[in-house]
Amino acid sequence: MTVAAAPIARLSRRNGLWHFLRRNPTLVGGVVVLVLVALAALAAPLIAGDPIAAKPMNRLKPPSSLNWLGTDQLGRDVWARTVYGARISLVVGVAVASIAMAVGLMIGLLAGFSRAVESVVMRLLDGLMAIPAILLAIAFVSLSRASVPVVVAAIVLPEIPRVVRLVRAVVLSVREQPFVEAAVASGTRLPKILRRHILPATVPPLIVQATYVAASAILIEAALSFLGAGTPPEIPTWGNMIASSRVYLGLAPWTIFGPGLALALVVLAVNLVGDGLRDRLDPRIARRM
Amino acid sequence: MLAFIIRRLLSTVLVMGLVGVFIFLLLHLSPGDPAGIIAGDNATPAQIEAIKTSLGLNDPLHLQFGRWALRVVSGDLGISIFSNVPVATLIAQRVWPTISLAFTTIVLAVLLALAAGVLAAWKAGSLLDRLVMILSVVGFSVPVFVVGYLLIYVFAITLRWLPVQGYVPLAEGFWPWASHLVLPSLALGLAYVALIARITRTAMLDVLAEDYMRTARAKGVATGPMLFKHALKSAGVPIVTVVGIGIALLIGGVVITETVFNLPGIGRLVVDAISKRDYPIIQGVILLFSGVYVIINLLVDLSYTLLDPRIRY
Repeated sequence: MTVAAAPIARLSRRNGLWHFLRRNPTLVGGVVVLVLVALAALAAPLIAGDPIAAKPMNRLKPPSSLNWLGTDQLGRDVWARTVYGARISLVVGVAVASIAMAVGLMIGLLAGFSRAVESVVMRLLDGLMAIPAILLAIAFVSLSRASVPVVVAAIVLPEIPRVVRLVRAVVLSVREQPFVEAAVASGTRLPKILRRHILPATVPPLIVQATYVAASAILIEAALSFLGAGTPPEIPTWGNMIASSRVYLGLAPWTIFGPGLALALVVLAVNLVGDGLRDRLDPRIARRM
Repeated sequence: MLAFIIRRLLSTVLVMGLVGVFIFLLLHLSPGDPAGIIAGDNATPAQIEAIKTSLGLNDPLHLQFGRWALRVVSGDLGISIFSNVPVATLIAQRVWPTISLAFTTIVLAVLLALAAGVLAAWKAGSLLDRLVMILSVVGFSVPVFVVGYLLIYVFAITLRWLPVQGYVPLAEGFWPWASHLVLPSLALGLAYVALIARITRTAMLDVLAEDYMRTARAKGVATGPMLFKHALKSAGVPIVTVVGIGIALLIGGVVITETVFNLPGIGRLVVDAISKRDYPIIQGVILLFSGVYVIINLLVDLSYTLLDPRIRY
């Protein structure tokens, strides 16, 4: 590995940042958008006003220099609410992706190496996968008082089977490789084989999968909020902003399209990062898609 | 072949059984005490206990599950807490708007996606190809409700070409019915089009590189029949698989689309049930949608033999 990697590393260093940018426009574009949105979300108190303060005199005002994205039906600033809404979307995306990867990796490794675990777990996951993700999340959220951790758990649950299947597929293919057989033959213990030989092979596809899970998590969170099954309504999210303003679509389209555009942009950026990473990490697929 | 069908049917039954267990446990975990609700506010603990026993709520869990499963299999999905009407009746009342929406969406999306995917593969690397690929990434990123409101704003509010929302039964005429379904189908189908167009392009690229395609061209088969008859049929297996997998995507989207366009279907039923915490309805609808998904995937698996004679089970 290291022998082959060294000249490539030297080559790209010589060509520098510009070369990397030109070779990976989607990856770089996606990362730039996400970094900007994350910075805006972090700096929300500095760059946006109060997202909660209602000014009844100021209802449904079109975008102006005072309210960049206009105001909603309660006179709240749409720009401020959109910036604060980014916090929930990003937190949910990152949290769901990390938890789903961690849990899925553990179950997948076990399933890939133990027949007994495999047959039981894979059947259970088949059942779980048959339930549409949004409905499963809705049912889960409806069991308790909605809060951000509950929403995250509700979205993680339907994402796990996909991660497990991916990890298991990688484990099954790596397990047949000569170097794993050699390790087994030389008496290496299973935990060490998993850690040294199997785990590294799962990392590139998992990173790609994590971005797609994050994109799907952001969409499901927005859908849950939109349907009124998400985070408490007093926290501004892109989904509940759209839901609460939808009757004013004809009168004040900015109340819908402000958060809607932000949502589409972030999900698009995450998907672009995923596609870019997939192209870099798995050249076999990259050539075909 | 017969052995495969039997094996596949058995695994379908197993998966539905597991879905049933998940959903039953969900019912069990749901807050609210049915015995307490039936007994009323002034009931003593002893009265509630008696009702619990008569309802079988004190029996072991597996016994309760068995009874529940038998009822579900016979078509009894329980009774809505809020309206006191059987859930199966409520679903039956709402089924036509949902079937109409699903039908028009699948037809529209598959036609659009196949055309886009085939053309993109044929002209691989061209501007058209790039455009299709960009649209497929965008289509996968824009949520149903944002597309829906955008379509309503442009085509219903601004241009006034189509109705804003609502549903008209087919019995009242084809155009009133169809005109209310155009925008919802487009909104719901966008991600589906993106998914199918992408896989169609990939599968077609593989097929077009085969020797027999060159032979067909050399023989003088015209481009249209070559692409849509020879190549598309050979590329069918992965496409049909994705059409099946994508149904899950559609089912999730139906719930949102019906809310955006105010269609009185099963999706609205479940959304209204969430706000009222009407668990029997939520469960019944999940069970129904999961069942539809499992059956469609069964049909997809069985269709492989028709599409690819090389596949023998």
